[in-house]
Amino acid sequence: MVEIWNSWWFQNTLVGLLVVSGIAVVLRLRRREYWRLAYREVCRRRGAVICFFVLCLYTLVALIDSVGWRDALRDENGELMRDPRTGKVVYDRGGSALDHLLKGISSKKEKTYSSPMSRESFMLESVNRDGKVLRERPPLKHPGAHLLGTDRIGQDVFCQALKSIRTGMVIGILTTLLAVPFALLLGVASGYYGGLVDDILQYICSVLSSIPTVLFIASFMLIFGRGLPQLCLAMGIASWTGLYRLLRGETLRLREEEFVQAAVAMGVPSWRVLLRHIVPNVMHLVLITTVLRFSSEVLAEAALTYLGIGVGSDTISWGTMINDARTELTRDPIIWWKLCTAFAFMLGLVLPANIFGDAVRDALDPRLRTQ
Amino acid sequence: MLAYIVRRILYVIPTLLGVNVLVFVLFFLVNSPDDMARQALGEKNSDPVQVERWKEAHGYDVPLFWNGNASGIGRVTKTVFFTKSLSMMWGDFGKSDMTHESIGDEIVRRALPSLCVTAPIFLATLLINVFLAMLVATARGSVTDRVTQFACVVFMSISTLIYIIAGQYFFAKLLRWTPVSGYLPGLDCWKFLALPILVGVISSLGSGIRLYRTLFLEEINKDYVRTARAKGLPEWQILFLHVLKNAMIPILTNVPLQLLMLMMGNMMLENFFSIPGLGGYTITALNAQDFAIVRSMVFLGSFLYVVGLLLTDICYSLVDPRIRLG
Repeated sequence: MVEIWNSWWFQNTLVGLLVVSGIAVVLRLRRREYWRLAYREVCRRRGAVICFFVLCLYTLVALIDSVGWRDALRDENGELMRDPRTGKVVYDRGGSALDHLLKGISSKKEKTYSSPMSRESFMLESVNRDGKVLRERPPLKHPGAHLLGTDRIGQDVFCQALKSIRTGMVIGILTTLLAVPFALLLGVASGYYGGLVDDILQYICSVLSSIPTVLFIASFMLIFGRGLPQLCLAMGIASWTGLYRLLRGETLRLREEEFVQAAVAMGVPSWRVLLRHIVPNVMHLVLITTVLRFSSEVLAEAALTYLGIGVGSDTISWGTMINDARTELTRDPIIWWKLCTAFAFMLGLVLPANIFGDAVRDALDPRLRTQ
Repeated sequence: MLAYIVRRILYVIPTLLGVNVLVFVLFFLVNSPDDMARQALGEKNSDPVQVERWKEAHGYDVPLFWNGNASGIGRVTKTVFFTKSLSMMWGDFGKSDMTHESIGDEIVRRALPSLCVTAPIFLATLLINVFLAMLVATARGSVTDRVTQFACVVFMSISTLIYIIAGQYFFAKLLRWTPVSGYLPGLDCWKFLALPILVGVISSLGSGIRLYRTLFLEEINKDYVRTARAKGLPEWQILFLHVLKNAMIPILTNVPLQLLMLMMGNMMLENFFSIPGLGGYTITALNAQDFAIVRSMVFLGSFLYVVGLLLTDICYSLVDPRIRLG
């Protein structure tokens, strides 16, 4: 099972499905006047449009990093190598398409620290010259090649930051994908049916929401181990209660609307009423909540990784970068490039997400407008 | 009203019971007492005799939920669930798995340093947010307003980690105005607390000002403000005597909950600044995988939250005469 999950074609199929379904949703929504109006509202703000393009850039990098890529191995003559038993072409271990694009830079490893675009190492070494032992900075193996410097084990910081983009985007999107269908289904059912169903679900919601979020995530990671999918699952479970309450309140209000009562009176089965009348009318709340929560989830990952309950240290993320770089500021002269790079890339994702989220919220629900 | 309070208090008990069961199941689902014993004893000492002895010493040798061997009420009470988890309902937090210290005593001892950090942050944040938000709400639509809005979003988008690291670097390392971390009990603690409090306030400034500004704007656009202006009241009197009181209703009703949760401490600040509070206690327990302490802290947090919600609802009905509970 794990082999299929990790295999090249399965991962690529998943990514392809995600992209295709995203495009399908957008094409479907274009037919509705409500979403077209919202789209025009958002387009009127130049700041929001710029932020949207920045977000698209980040998504593109994350997608490139999600697509698997294998190189066919070639022998010394440049011929494709084939497995002697089956005759099939042999591939290398493979990585993502981003790994392939960055192979030029990421394979140029240094020994240790070096500042951005420098030609010599940052650390002093003892060099024997003409019988005298001098302390000086040895030149780099690849001078001037590292745009943002290298870290303690000589890896290029720019490559690490680019690879962290995927981790940040996955956390934001996967957490939402886990929490939203759950909260939508339960919230709408709870508000519509009421009675015992409502009581039970409310009880479960209050039990889950009274556990402090950080402690819940910490306990979850303590029990199931650290890793990206566990973190997304834990954050998803800890965060669905807010959306559940919101949707339940909105469903309670919608239930008394005339069009819903007309549908019930005409004998439409309740599941159809829910699907065709109630759910489309609460989708704006879902979208607002998910877009606004995206940025806080990315920020939370950095903090959780520092506390030791986030992603494992084998996954590259901005949290692990900041974690590693934290003690570097105490050196004299200071090593600032890894921390500042992680900070700049994280800000470059969270700030446009916040600004775009504000614009989406103002466009979709004028009552929540802050202007 | 009294009937409502009694009903709510009665509802607290099943909620806490549910939290208890959930946490117990969560922890013991994956880690049986045998696993815990092996982890505590280490690989070398994990023969069955040692494991049994560890379990007996820590009270894990009885079954989890139902003890068929005991008689009568002992079938329920001589179980791990009853002695370890349910006992938290009446305040008996038990002993730590690793250090054998009483958890309840440790909680009481560590509550004060946590409060020394979180209480000033809470007060300062409240005052500064209210003041700045009022100023900004009066200048709405102007360039100042838009610049402040953008600044707030930027402040909101920076992670707390960065604030702490930057604060420690600039104030403690470069300027040497405060020590980097640490804590002293007694009155000397203020110089250790200055930096954590400053960092805590600045990191929550962005979202606070935005929220309060929205609340004030809603009030300022109401009819009674227009009437007061038409009657000739000075603007500052309208703002501070009338708008502030009405806009603070949603803010003040959250205060009891926030006050109670202050006791849990701010985990990030306590970890970075080495303050011996409840947040740091939790983190040490997490890293040491001491389940007894983590269970106790989760239960304590839930208890404070549920009681805080009840107090919030009561406060809401007291402050806003339009709300009648019950």
